[in-house]
Amino acid sequence: MNTILDFLGSDHHACDDLFASAEAAVAQKNWDSAREQFGRFQAAMAHHFTMEETLLFPAFESRTGMSTGPTQVMRMEHAQMRDLLQGMQDAVAAANQNSFLGLSETLNMLMQQHNLKEENMLYPMSDRVLGSERESLIRAMQASGSQDET
Amino acid sequence: MSQPAGLSFEQAPQFSLPLRFFLTAPLFLIAAAILIALSPDALASRWTPQVLALTHALTLGFLAMVMLGALMQMLPVVAGSPLPALHLVARISHVSLVLGTAALMTGFLTGKAAAYGSGVVLLGVCFAVFLVAAATSLARAVAGVTVNGIRFAVLGLTLTILLGVALALLRAGWWTPPAIESAINAHVSFGLVGWVLLLVVGVAYQVVPMFQLTPPYPPRLSRWLAGALFALLLLHAAAPVLPPVAARIVDALLAAGILLFVAATLHLQSRRRRKLPDVTLDYWRLGMASLIASVAVWIVAQAWPAWADSDAYPLLLGTLFIGGFAASVVNGMLYKIVPFLAWFHLQAQLQATAGSIPTMKDMIAERWMRGQFRLHLIACVLLLGVPFWPQLGIAAGGVLALSAVVLWINLLSAVRRFIAHGGDFY
Ligand code: HEM
Ligand SMILES: [Fe+2]
Ligand SMILES: [Fe+2]
Repeated sequence: MNTILDFLGSDHHACDDLFASAEAAVAQKNWDSAREQFGRFQAAMAHHFTMEETLLFPAFESRTGMSTGPTQVMRMEHAQMRDLLQGMQDAVAAANQNSFLGLSETLNMLMQQHNLKEENMLYPMSDRVLGSERESLIRAMQASGSQDET
Repeated sequence: MSQPAGLSFEQAPQFSLPLRFFLTAPLFLIAAAILIALSPDALASRWTPQVLALTHALTLGFLAMVMLGALMQMLPVVAGSPLPALHLVARISHVSLVLGTAALMTGFLTGKAAAYGSGVVLLGVCFAVFLVAAATSLARAVAGVTVNGIRFAVLGLTLTILLGVALALLRAGWWTPPAIESAINAHVSFGLVGWVLLLVVGVAYQVVPMFQLTPPYPPRLSRWLAGALFALLLLHAAAPVLPPVAARIVDALLAAGILLFVAATLHLQSRRRRKLPDVTLDYWRLGMASLIASVAVWIVAQAWPAWADSDAYPLLLGTLFIGGFAASVVNGMLYKIVPFLAWFHLQAQLQATAGSIPTMKDMIAERWMRGQFRLHLIACVLLLGVPFWPQLGIAAGGVLALSAVVLWINLLSAVRRFIAHGGDFY
């Protein structure tokens, strides 16, 4: 794991897996499991956004001088996703299947095209511009993960 | 540091930009269906004016209409590179594609040189503008398997249009290109395989894993498949000057490449993580099944010359490929793209919270999409009988028209909900 693309890209896939499990549990109206799975998915997403917003984006912005470009759009899409996640949390708490599945379908589209832009453009570019800073950034992101889990 | 080429996170173009293409396309599907229903006798051979007119209503008016709109929307996301002068390009190419397709259809139906002439000019303008813009965007694009597929598809489209223009000038009586039969063959194979199929291949690399959360296509396949198919098409077009054995090998490899794509797609979809019922998935599966059937029908023709020379064979092949494969995949894609864009623009315009606006799933009623899928399926089955019993054309055309009308109503309902919740369409 020595590129940002590898590290955060595989985190996307881990989030996708949790998403699919939570959605499958809701589809089966298995609400106890759904609440648990969704909780894990939501936490993983929150952690992923935090890594990007507090570590990667600031580093990218200071290296490139671009603080209004790509990272701003990414932050905006994070806000949209957080909002959908909040809606899904309400739906899972209220055991409202229709509402959850409508929101999850929407989130999936938004999340996938967001991840695509990051994996195709932002991450490879960060790998290029960060140079020597890259290793320490990845270590910092890994460390933030182990803190979260305690 | 200046913004490097290829990195663009500009916000998506406004809702009406791709939607004008998507909302026009079903109208040409209706036109094709009416031609089928009105003139079943003309469906006995591929060279009748009606068949040529309805073929282009489908390939230009329906398929290319949706694909151009979708590419304008997608290139910024997958390639990080929007089309230059996007709004102007969209306006010009949309209007000229609508009028040009109608003129070319009129040319086929009436044989009037003036209609062919206006078709050639209008379609020439449409694709010149689109292709220059698309090439500019693709030249700056971030490399990847999808962009690679789209590049070959755009090349295929360019050759198709050039050959189509030459053939139309020939029909208008203005110019006699050499090697007419080879030119027609090349026009058809670059149009259907080079453009339509390669575009579906390139887009599939992206959307098949994304919609249903499947594993990615194996890189060993996705890296070379589009380029290999394109090279084989070039050889296929050169078949008249190749030794017969070589031409056979080229054809066999083409068929194998297509089947490989189908097998990979169906296999990935069977391993999907999201198992909820999904109309788009059903459309993809119908499309893939039809593609297998197309290859099968074609293989039989290679082995059995009497079948290859029959009137029914090219009609059956065309129905399976255009109606069963391409139209199905495109229709299924519309049911993801349009609801998502409706939600996306509504959210962005209103800065609304998730609970206060409809979700993507509320944009088009599930039952209506299902119903339309069934109509489309019935229309496909009936159409397959038409080459053998042309009188079936009345029923087949009728059901196809109904299916296209319901598709149109469904797409409009997403726009209606968008506007009803306070979205600004223009
Ligand atoms: C996406 C683009 C296109 C596709 C996929 C396509 C596909 C086809 C197909 C499948 C046929 C054979 C029809 C049959 O066997 O009944 C055909 C024939 C023909 N196409 Fe196209 N076409 C495209 C664009 C065009 C354009 C832009 C023009 C003219 C400006 C054109 C002009 C013609 C002509 C004149 C013929 C008849 C050839 C003859 O019999 O003389 N096509 N096309
Ligand atoms: Fe992100
Ligand atoms: Fe991310």
